[in-house]
Amino acid sequence: MKKSYKIDVDCANCANKMEDAAKKTAGVKDAVVNFMALKMNVEFEDGNDPKTVMEEVRKNCKKVEDDCEIFL
Amino acid sequence: MNKKQKKNLIRIIVSAVLMIVLKYVPASGIVRFLLYLIPYLVVGYDILIGAFKGIKNRQAFDESLLMAIATVGAMALAVYEDGDYTEAIAVMLFYQIGEWFQSYAVGKSRRNISELMDIRPDYANIEKEDGQIEKVDPDEVAIGTTIIVQPGEKIPIDAVVTEGTSSLNTSALTGESLPREAKPGDEVISGCVNINGLLKLRTTKEFGESTVSKILDLVENASSRKSKSEDFITRFARVYTPAVVFSALALAFIPPVVILLMGGHPFWGTWIYRALTFLVISCPCALVISIPLSFFAGIGGASKEGVLVKGSNYLEILSQTKTVVFDKTGTLTKGVFQVTAVHPEKIDENGLLHLAAHVERYSTHPIANSLRAAYPNEADNCKVENVEEIAGHGIRADVNGEVVCVGNSKMMDSIGAKWHPCDHVGTIIHVAIDGIYAGHIVISDVIKPSSKEAVLQLKKAGVYKTVMLTGDAKTVAENVAGEIGVDEVYSELLPADKVTKVEELLAQKNNEKERLAFVGDGINDAPVLSRADIGIAMGAIGSDAAIEAADVVLMDDDPLKIAKAIKISRKCLSIVHANIWFAIGVKLVCLLLGALGLANMWLAIFADVGVMIIAVLNAIRALFVKNL
Repeated sequence: MKKSYKIDVDCANCANKMEDAAKKTAGVKDAVVNFMALKMNVEFEDGNDPKTVMEEVRKNCKKVEDDCEIFL
Repeated sequence: MNKKQKKNLIRIIVSAVLMIVLKYVPASGIVRFLLYLIPYLVVGYDILIGAFKGIKNRQAFDESLLMAIATVGAMALAVYEDGDYTEAIAVMLFYQIGEWFQSYAVGKSRRNISELMDIRPDYANIEKEDGQIEKVDPDEVAIGTTIIVQPGEKIPIDAVVTEGTSSLNTSALTGESLPREAKPGDEVISGCVNINGLLKLRTTKEFGESTVSKILDLVENASSRKSKSEDFITRFARVYTPAVVFSALALAFIPPVVILLMGGHPFWGTWIYRALTFLVISCPCALVISIPLSFFAGIGGASKEGVLVKGSNYLEILSQTKTVVFDKTGTLTKGVFQVTAVHPEKIDENGLLHLAAHVERYSTHPIANSLRAAYPNEADNCKVENVEEIAGHGIRADVNGEVVCVGNSKMMDSIGAKWHPCDHVGTIIHVAIDGIYAGHIVISDVIKPSSKEAVLQLKKAGVYKTVMLTGDAKTVAENVAGEIGVDEVYSELLPADKVTKVEELLAQKNNEKERLAFVGDGINDAPVLSRADIGIAMGAIGSDAAIEAADVVLMDDDPLKIAKAIKISRKCLSIVHANIWFAIGVKLVCLLLGALGLANMWLAIFADVGVMIIAVLNAIRALFVKNL
């Protein structure tokens, strides 16, 4: 399943870091952060609830870049 | 400016003013340090907090951490030497200015580009039973609903006109300024603006499936497909920052230790200062921001011109295109048959067309349609009787008492009329009156007026080879190819042969960097579109299959746009390369100068912030593609 989320982040390098962090989160098959459109497209692994996975993604992103937000 | 930008701007100004004022305050020792601490903290407190959080979360090479180490280090050196505090504050100040500028520029171009693509309709008008018009969300409109579009409004959903006539402005979709006419029975696509008449439409699709939604989706997601340049930069940034940080560490300790061992004076302060300048240069932001920004701007500018590029990677491939393969019908030619020559024997041209059109009055054959189109006032007082269609030959009818036969050479042979061939290429329609040959009419596909210019422009844009593929007969194909000026032509191909041909052409390429583009009208050529390095579908508005299969979609069917698309991609990629070389180059030079002690903090700030500002401004140039 694929879903798209709006994000807020200030710098492009931080967006890349968020992408890495999201990709490493359990339950995420693939993630792409589009800095210019301020969007994060996440593909979930089967059998995972996007909501709980995204909470984790958000936590991990906050870890690598304090000044970011994912609007769930 | 948003709230955050305003707040940061105020912080920057306050801190700068304080710093200048402090220059004239006669204080010394610890008091001076404490005074200077105020502007430093005003401008840099969030960086220090960020750095602290970075350490807590084990993010070793966090940007904030680097800036914090560099400035705290510079402050400490100043305390130690009771020297100049302004340098540390200035580093932080300029870093913040750079961040502010970046956020402002990116926000601005983000808005500019979304305005370019501002084709999303906000509402649809539905007529209620009492005749009142109600505005609803286009998402809620079911298929088959009647909607009303007033002059000046956008058509929200793909639909068919049921009542009213009007002109439509399609420029938001196609970049084409000529209005398109709409009358009952016509299909209209969402995103067009109704210019003058009130239209009643019956919707044929849901909003999410409508052209406008598809296009928006495509453009918004385009920059998610990353190009090789972007991947390179991401990988480079990953290596660059740690490398510079370790070099800084080495620079701070190895030379003084070596000097100490050799019995000299180590000058710890000098080497630490040099190491700190390294840290300031270590941020890869100029690169990381300017590359995606260039692509985003390039894609935005292209879409304004009616060229939809599905991803940064396709823009990159497009710029390397050296071979362009065209489909003929519908791409270089209009795909509509028209009368291109009339050669009468004994009556005048108009008379010949007049008779032919009468005989074909009731036929629905494409040839009949083009004959009638060439003689628009066909329905006059002439008596047309006893119309008889002879399969494989043509049509016979009595017109004003004369027996008129309109058909091919077989028909002429069978009635004994003496026909002769024509030197024009196309379908020849012979006409005989009362068994006596009266002349012939040539019908052929018409070359688009801009096709020749398009091939010429492609050559100018650096394309080596142009090839035309067609299922048509050899004579027709060679005639068209000669007229347009393509280099190679392959005719009488079945759709599957086109794929084989493209594969052969792909195998002929000299190296990987020479890409092959295939241009088709999206009908029947989806397999070829996907086989080529890059598939370009033209005139594809409303054709879902073409939008799916192609990598680049030209919204109108003007072949000149192919050259335009290539030029846009070249400009964008040259900006990308300029930025990569410029940013990496300046940083490396500054690192070298810093290591040798020739660069101070100020130069380091330029290498970081100045380079980023220049790169961002350069990236924004990719947006301006109108006059390419």
